[in-house]
Amino acid sequence: MEEAYAPPHKDTLLLVEDLRVHFRGHDHVARAVDGVSFDVHTGETVCLVGESGCGKTVTALAILGLVPIPPGVIASGKIRLRDTNLLTLTEEGLQDIRGNQISMVFQEPLTALNPVFTIGDQIMEAIQVHEKVSENERRRRCIGLLTDVGIPSPEARLKDYPHQLSGGQRQRVMVAMALACHPALIIADEPTTALDVTVQAQILNLMKSIQHASAMSVLYITHDLGVVSTVADRVYVMYAGLIVEQGTRDQVFQHPRHPYTRGLLASLPSRSKRGKRLYSIPGSVPNPAFKPKGCPFHPRCSAAIAECAVDFPGMCDYGHGHLSRCPPVYSRERQE
Amino acid sequence: MDSQERILLKVEGLKKYFPVRRGFFQRTAAHIKAVDGVDFAIAEGKSVGLVGESGCGKSTVARVILKLLEPDAGRIVYKGRDITPLSPKEMKPLRKEMQIVFQDPFSSLNPRMTVGQSIEEGLRILGLSKNRRQGRRDELLEMVGLSAMTADRYPHEFSGGQRQRVGVARALSVESSLIICDEPISALDVSIQAQIINLLKDLQDRLDLSYLFISHDLNVVGYLSDTVAVMYLGHVVEYARADTLFEDPRHPYTRVLLSAVPSVEADLTSKIKTLKGEVPSPMDPPPGCKFQGRCPLVEPRCKQGEIDFSRVGEDHLVRCWKAT
Amino acid sequence: MTNGPLILEAPLAPKQTRLEELWRLFKQNRLAIIGLFIFVLFFITAILGAVLTSGRDPLFDPALIRLQEKLLPPLSRPHVDALPPQEVPTFGRYLFGTDDLGRDVFSRMLQGAWVSLTVGFVAVGISVMVGIFMGGIAGYFGEHHLRWNHILGVTLLLAATVMGAMGNVWTSLGLLMAGGLCLSLFRLVKPYRKLRFTTAWLFKNAVSVDTLIMRMVDIMLCFPSFFLILTVVALLPASMYNIMIVIGLTSWMGTTRFVRAEFLSLREQDFVTAARALGIGNFRIIFRHMMPNAIAPVLVSSTIGIATAILTEAGLSFLGFGVPPPHATWGNILSGGKGFIFDAPWLTFIPGIAILIVVLCFNLFGEGLRDAMNPKLRER
Repeated sequence: MEEAYAPPHKDTLLLVEDLRVHFRGHDHVARAVDGVSFDVHTGETVCLVGESGCGKTVTALAILGLVPIPPGVIASGKIRLRDTNLLTLTEEGLQDIRGNQISMVFQEPLTALNPVFTIGDQIMEAIQVHEKVSENERRRRCIGLLTDVGIPSPEARLKDYPHQLSGGQRQRVMVAMALACHPALIIADEPTTALDVTVQAQILNLMKSIQHASAMSVLYITHDLGVVSTVADRVYVMYAGLIVEQGTRDQVFQHPRHPYTRGLLASLPSRSKRGKRLYSIPGSVPNPAFKPKGCPFHPRCSAAIAECAVDFPGMCDYGHGHLSRCPPVYSRERQE
Repeated sequence: MDSQERILLKVEGLKKYFPVRRGFFQRTAAHIKAVDGVDFAIAEGKSVGLVGESGCGKSTVARVILKLLEPDAGRIVYKGRDITPLSPKEMKPLRKEMQIVFQDPFSSLNPRMTVGQSIEEGLRILGLSKNRRQGRRDELLEMVGLSAMTADRYPHEFSGGQRQRVGVARALSVESSLIICDEPISALDVSIQAQIINLLKDLQDRLDLSYLFISHDLNVVGYLSDTVAVMYLGHVVEYARADTLFEDPRHPYTRVLLSAVPSVEADLTSKIKTLKGEVPSPMDPPPGCKFQGRCPLVEPRCKQGEIDFSRVGEDHLVRCWKAT
Repeated sequence: MTNGPLILEAPLAPKQTRLEELWRLFKQNRLAIIGLFIFVLFFITAILGAVLTSGRDPLFDPALIRLQEKLLPPLSRPHVDALPPQEVPTFGRYLFGTDDLGRDVFSRMLQGAWVSLTVGFVAVGISVMVGIFMGGIAGYFGEHHLRWNHILGVTLLLAATVMGAMGNVWTSLGLLMAGGLCLSLFRLVKPYRKLRFTTAWLFKNAVSVDTLIMRMVDIMLCFPSFFLILTVVALLPASMYNIMIVIGLTSWMGTTRFVRAEFLSLREQDFVTAARALGIGNFRIIFRHMMPNAIAPVLVSSTIGIATAILTEAGLSFLGFGVPPPHATWGNILSGGKGFIFDAPWLTFIPGIAILIVVLCFNLFGEGLRDAMNPKLRER
């Protein structure tokens, strides 16, 4: 039996509705994000999972208003942070939001940090942009932040340049910068993909403990289902610019309803599957400019029926907030 | 380590140091001890997994075995013959038997050659005629699951997984019996990884290949390998059969590594064990046990002298005092 | 879409060769297209010019002197009654006028176009070949070291060549033998321990190949190249071929640096490692696997190099060090016209504008090509 999911605070912090982001090429339009809706409540960790090219990073950039326009176009949708629609804000308005209320942690900490400034300068700048505080206060907060993210002897580290730190420490600095103005939401775009497993474990633990301490929300973007299962409260599975399944972590991992989610979970190698042949999803991710008609997954779906090539399925309710873009009718037919 | 099986490749005490040159006269100031004592053996038709974090020297091991880099110490014995002292010329006939599949499917294929040409380069070494080459090329493409029609396409027209298939076909184009897979799936999408793993597995069954499977992903290694060698800072710290290693890890590093790998199957309530600190620089590793700085069980004797393998079970070697 | 259990669908991207893509991007640059158009026009003109102005009885004779018709402005008609019929210009007019000896400037410009074209292409061809060779060796074999006996041997061999060229056959042969001995010394003394010990200093590493070649490049770049060319040309007998060779041999340094840098990064790519792992020979790796990947930027820089070579040749001819008369080049037409700049300005303006247009079009074409190849632009 599944239990209804109850978030710690039921108020919605971020609401994305029917977001569409298109990119114009020289003879085609790539529909990178094609009608994505999701919400993030206060204090919870929401994961957007998907393979490369499924539109998860573009979604994150759209929230921060960082989609390059042109070639990008926001074709439709609403992005609501508490009561403000971020899509209608001016650049100045967005700058006020960025770093202050929403901040971002990137995948590659070496390129996300400026190599010619010390890490102290960079964190203090992040504070200064949004809050008018004295030099001493900034310094004090900066040291506090570095202590929070577990960097040893922070006073000495302030004068270090990014290249003097190891990969894990750089990512800690990125987290510290993101935390600088106590944002309500942190968007973490594959923050541990470039790191080793033992360092990844450190960073994941760090983010968990910070979240517990400050009741902040995290939108976690990754392709690694293993990471999702350790950090997520709720999961959105993306495929070809769409959300194909959503639910709590247990709903999605224990009772996946969409054939794509099932396929992904079945195709993960592990020691317990030794000797057995791995399930593999045939084919490859569709090019966002040439998506198949009907359900975008049907050419690769092992359970596809004739309707799948025609019908574009909407979200179907499986109860307790568990939604999937594969209707129960089809699923039942498949089980027979 | 398996006496009843025929050993294809045996590596003993392998070392590779890279000089660090400094100053105006480019004097050698220090050495990066990339590989500092690696031992393992691959039996015919079996897979050995080499696991470790980035910078532990696992890719250097691959290049030293292929003699693309000269080892500084140790022996590489292939089919009972010590290939360490062989000159490039003497190596040439052996190159056909040992091949490599790379991590990055984008840099592993020549962008100015069609995939057919890339595969034919290997067949040319075998001295086949043009017609036979083309026939074999088409065969190879279909063997790795690509249509023979794709032979005249350029790499940029393929997806990552398809390119990786071409890379496998190229490795098979000569009479390979050992294939070194250097992180062959870590650059691929999740749904494509299983395809490549299945392909490698099928080919092994069909062609009786041996694999040296280099990866940082314990889930993959646990699925594919018969024997696993765990590397830390240039040397092997634990070496055992895959099931033994996963059920009864003895080295503290292996234990942490196993718990740090996020897996969807893992008990969700289990707390991830984390290590303090990070891997020290391979330029001046600590004396004694290299893991001492991060080890939860460290004691004074760990800081003195090299630690040798101790045998803790059948085919289970560990470099740790506390293992026995 | 699938035809078989294992076979996947066709490649994702629609089939489009690199050339097609390059052309698509190149087309967007209007100036570059104009450059290409003039380049093709110039090419055709030069080849036609070479055909029409040579032979026993050319259609346009650039060397025909008609003293009574001197310094006629462009498009003027000849005095038909005063000329023998075979000396009347082909179109019945002097399209570009005549010079101070009554020679038809149009014919001379045609002949000069061919000179400019060959000088440009051959000089750049030589410089690109030397550059690719040196750059390729520095990039691929750069970390190998030369031993003292190699350097000694090569010096002796070079001395032998100089001696040979001066006609001193016996000294030359002696030096040749000594040089060869030096180069193969290591193999010769290998069996004798004592000898090996006393000659050990000869087998010490002297300098790496990369250092040697790149320092040579640095030294060559130190010379003001135009004056170096002037000096060399003054020493050598004047001929078109010497000019081409000298221009070529003084302009290979840029290409060398380019190719070396490309090779250094290509050498680390996995496909090169794969080729080595397959046991493919060094020369095949260099020329079949690496060179096609390194050649594109070299081609771009060589189009601009052609423009420079044409300018250099025109400058040399203008100064009188270039292609010797009576052969016409744009440079010496210009030089001949400078005395009459107020009486017959076309003698200065026609070759001047021609040089301007051709050099400009090569530069525009080269820059368009570079933009089209720039991967950052390609993503857009």
